[in-house]
Amino acid sequence: MTSLKKNDFSVIGKPIAMIDSAGKVTGQGKYADDLSVPGMLIGKILHSHLPHALIKKIDASRALALDGVVTVVIGTDAPNTYGILPVGHDETALAVEKVRYVGDNVACVVAESESIAEAALELIDVEYEPLPAWFDPEDSMEAQANFIHEQRPNNIEKDYHHVFGDPDAGFAQADVVLEGRYIANEVTHAAMEPHCTLAAFEFDSHTGREGRLTVQSSTQVPYYLQHKLSIVLEMPMSQIRVIKPLVGGGFGGKSEIIPLEIIAAVAARKAKAPVKITYTREEVFLAHRGRPRTIIDLKTGVKKDGSITAVAAKVIQDGGAYCSYGVVTILYSGALLGALYDIPNIKYDGFRVLTNKPACGAMRGHGTVNVRFAFESQLDELAGKINMDPVSIRRKNLLKPPCITVNGLRVQSYGLPECIDVVARESKWAERRTKLGKGRGLGMACSHYVSGAASSIIRSDMPHSTVNIKIDRDGGVIIYTGASDIGQGSDTMVAQIAAEVLGCKMNRIKVVAADTDLTPVDIGSYSSRVTFMNGNATLRAAEDIKKRIVAAAALKMACAPEDVIMRDDLVYKKGVAPVAPKQENAPTVSGHVEGQILRGSVQQKRKDEGPKERMSFEEAVTAAMDNTGALGGTGSYAPPVEAKGGKHKGGGVGPSPAYSYSAQVADVTVDEETGEVTVNKIWAAHDCGRALNPVSVEGQVIGSVWMGLGQALQEEFVWKDGLLMNPSMLEYKSPSSTESPEIESFIVESIDPEGPFGAKEASEGSLAAAIPAISNAIYDAVGVRLRECPFSPERVLSAIRAKNGQKKIEMTNRVDPTAPHKMREHGGSTWYKGKGPQRHADDPSRKTTTEVPAAD
Amino acid sequence: MKKELIELKVNGRRHEVAIEPSKLLLDTLREDLGLTGSKRGCDDSSCGACTIQVDGVPMLSCTMVAASYQCDNGGNEITTVEGVAEHGALAAIQKAYGDWGGSQCGYCTPGFMMTVRALLERNPEPSDEEIRHSLSGNLCRCTGYTQMYQAIKAAIQAEQKGMAAGK
Repeated sequence: MTSLKKNDFSVIGKPIAMIDSAGKVTGQGKYADDLSVPGMLIGKILHSHLPHALIKKIDASRALALDGVVTVVIGTDAPNTYGILPVGHDETALAVEKVRYVGDNVACVVAESESIAEAALELIDVEYEPLPAWFDPEDSMEAQANFIHEQRPNNIEKDYHHVFGDPDAGFAQADVVLEGRYIANEVTHAAMEPHCTLAAFEFDSHTGREGRLTVQSSTQVPYYLQHKLSIVLEMPMSQIRVIKPLVGGGFGGKSEIIPLEIIAAVAARKAKAPVKITYTREEVFLAHRGRPRTIIDLKTGVKKDGSITAVAAKVIQDGGAYCSYGVVTILYSGALLGALYDIPNIKYDGFRVLTNKPACGAMRGHGTVNVRFAFESQLDELAGKINMDPVSIRRKNLLKPPCITVNGLRVQSYGLPECIDVVARESKWAERRTKLGKGRGLGMACSHYVSGAASSIIRSDMPHSTVNIKIDRDGGVIIYTGASDIGQGSDTMVAQIAAEVLGCKMNRIKVVAADTDLTPVDIGSYSSRVTFMNGNATLRAAEDIKKRIVAAAALKMACAPEDVIMRDDLVYKKGVAPVAPKQENAPTVSGHVEGQILRGSVQQKRKDEGPKERMSFEEAVTAAMDNTGALGGTGSYAPPVEAKGGKHKGGGVGPSPAYSYSAQVADVTVDEETGEVTVNKIWAAHDCGRALNPVSVEGQVIGSVWMGLGQALQEEFVWKDGLLMNPSMLEYKSPSSTESPEIESFIVESIDPEGPFGAKEASEGSLAAAIPAISNAIYDAVGVRLRECPFSPERVLSAIRAKNGQKKIEMTNRVDPTAPHKMREHGGSTWYKGKGPQRHADDPSRKTTTEVPAAD
Repeated sequence: MKKELIELKVNGRRHEVAIEPSKLLLDTLREDLGLTGSKRGCDDSSCGACTIQVDGVPMLSCTMVAASYQCDNGGNEITTVEGVAEHGALAAIQKAYGDWGGSQCGYCTPGFMMTVRALLERNPEPSDEEIRHSLSGNLCRCTGYTQMYQAIKAAIQAEQKGMAAGK
């Protein structure tokens, strides 16, 4: 397959509009909140206003007395624990016994309308007993009592300590060693669609009792949702149907079970009616599951020639109140130190820590982004120390694939060298760098990401993806895939692959996706696995069904099956000009009588003609059905054993069948008076194996770089004692068109030996490099090395003033952005010190209140 | 709250609906008229996903009270994304957003359709800067806006070609 050139394809590699785009531009497409069913009630959730407290009593009698309120659901209605990871079942639908963050779920009102439900929330009386709360992970790790989860002493969810090679010897060989602390603040997905779930039970037709449950939800993982619902509701999975309608963006925020998905089902059961819950934007921020605040203590050694001898990283993640994907996140942070450059010795200590804040989870570039920011910044600094160009030092440390890295990651296709060449050339790196004048600079960085995890989180030997294809007498091709299109275009991807293999036009293809009743299991849209895994399953399913069509066509055309070509809706003998058969449009052949093909006349016609040289797609399909009956094909994909990585504890996270690569150059201008950073342009080259749909690949690459840019410059959670201060799209500062620079993307095709048509990941790998490319460009522009992101004006300005020896103005809550020593807390308290209860005497963060005066 | 009967003119058709006087226009369109194309993304008019046009002017329906936009003689004509397709075919801007990747998850797209349509009605040949500025009230988390600019330019070209052909 790798020998195929671009022009050997008829559908692959062509810019194709997403097959669901018309529904999106006309408003016809239905997202979860656009759905309603007869008798549907509305659910609204009561959230905790305390960061850590025991629930002494919940009295809903006043709410229940309100006209229009149907029921109120509380934790004891469904106390079974669940969580996305088998090792992290620490959540319940609604809080049982205690709440763990401001925003934790306490009760759910089900009412006839949203306004009634909202009014009823005010009437639920909850008696709490406040507990000490932890907001800084380094404080939280010191806790001796009142743990956030009883079973997690010292509030440490999980810690890992990995040594690969001989790091001590590596550092001893180095000519220059740098150590530094980097902090990346917390960001969130903020997908445009707020989460929504509609849950409805139906009567069992035999028993007349409450029967099957149908859940339509904004999810990236319908099959995991089905599984977790079965645990909480104590129902067999076969009695639960999960349907994913259109999803308005995920970025990881819908890649696990979000509280409302379980709550809606529990509420529907108790209310004995369909219930829809839609989050407000503020609730979306509180549900969160975004990228954790991360402290990275990083040490890197290089020789004078630029080769890296060893890396040691200690990473502490501020995980929030529940495990979520935390164990995986902290493992990715260490594992993906490998597979980008050739690093012979790696030491990694990772700590995932619980704090009394909304749970962090998986977000685009899961686990790699913040560590990559630290690593690429430090590499830039090291290049400076040994007087080496930042591009050259990266070229010096390239892997030599095929290879297995010191931490057990198998690398086959590797387009990084070409990515670096492309962005260096396009940005005119050599000519322009250092010649841009005062306040303007260029920075370079690289990153990579997995094309799906080689081992699934549910530890099973089942295929990761399965796809079925049905072709019927109408010549329509229906693909049944469990892949969840969340806007990244997976429906279009499977349609393209099937059309290419079957040699038919795209308009024959219909995709039925992500419905647990109709489609075979696919583990979901996360870790950039869908093109690689579901794409491969589609390829196999299409080849399975194609075999039978080809066999039948070979009989009809009296040739060997190898000589049958299917392409562009035609089936013809090798060597025959692919011209449409004349009779294709003749009514006697494909004629319809009240919607039915006259199969008899087709057969008669064929008999009359004798052996043929070419046939239409329908004719070939009909021939195959005449031969062997109904046409169905199936294909599945499980990653090969060789890609599954090392045997060490935690070694299952990081290994992937293939890695994508990215190199970027950022051109920035820094205003030395205000500290404002303007990104003029970013050049981004991404190795996606093969671009199955170049418009989509470019859209994914640009989108990831842009999201990295948001984290680099302005997006950040602002906290005061566990209360999120900026839970809205404007205050969170999601970049608008006026803040978004030109991003030019370049596709590099390394043709992976195992990817479908050579394709691999395109949607995540480019995010991480954007942040260090910008910080390195800021250094190039104004000579300050920022080690805390985002590089917001107050951080940049305070660094510039310190460098210039200007009078200090306190703007960063006493955290130096060039040498951040701790998490930056934003000032005092809104409710602890003010209206609310006094902070608990043992609260470790109380100790700091005398040292750090409120700055805001 | 007691409901009141109001009359709205949406996409050229009149509708009588009984709603609470405080009901927002977005909720009325979505829940009472079944026009779910306009989306709720933020609740506080910061994201633009609910953008509609009232007499051609783009407005944010998530913070408008429906009862204030009752149709009167020649005024308060509401257009939603469902009213953009012309004569049963996609408008040039709709086709271009699909072809050029201007829409990924599509949730913000209806809002962008209404904003861009209003821009092009007002200014058929906007400069790059004018396009960038006019989109700044609509947020998108997928595209980084780059492919939207390509889509808008392609739509303008298609319109001009169409007009030239019509002459």
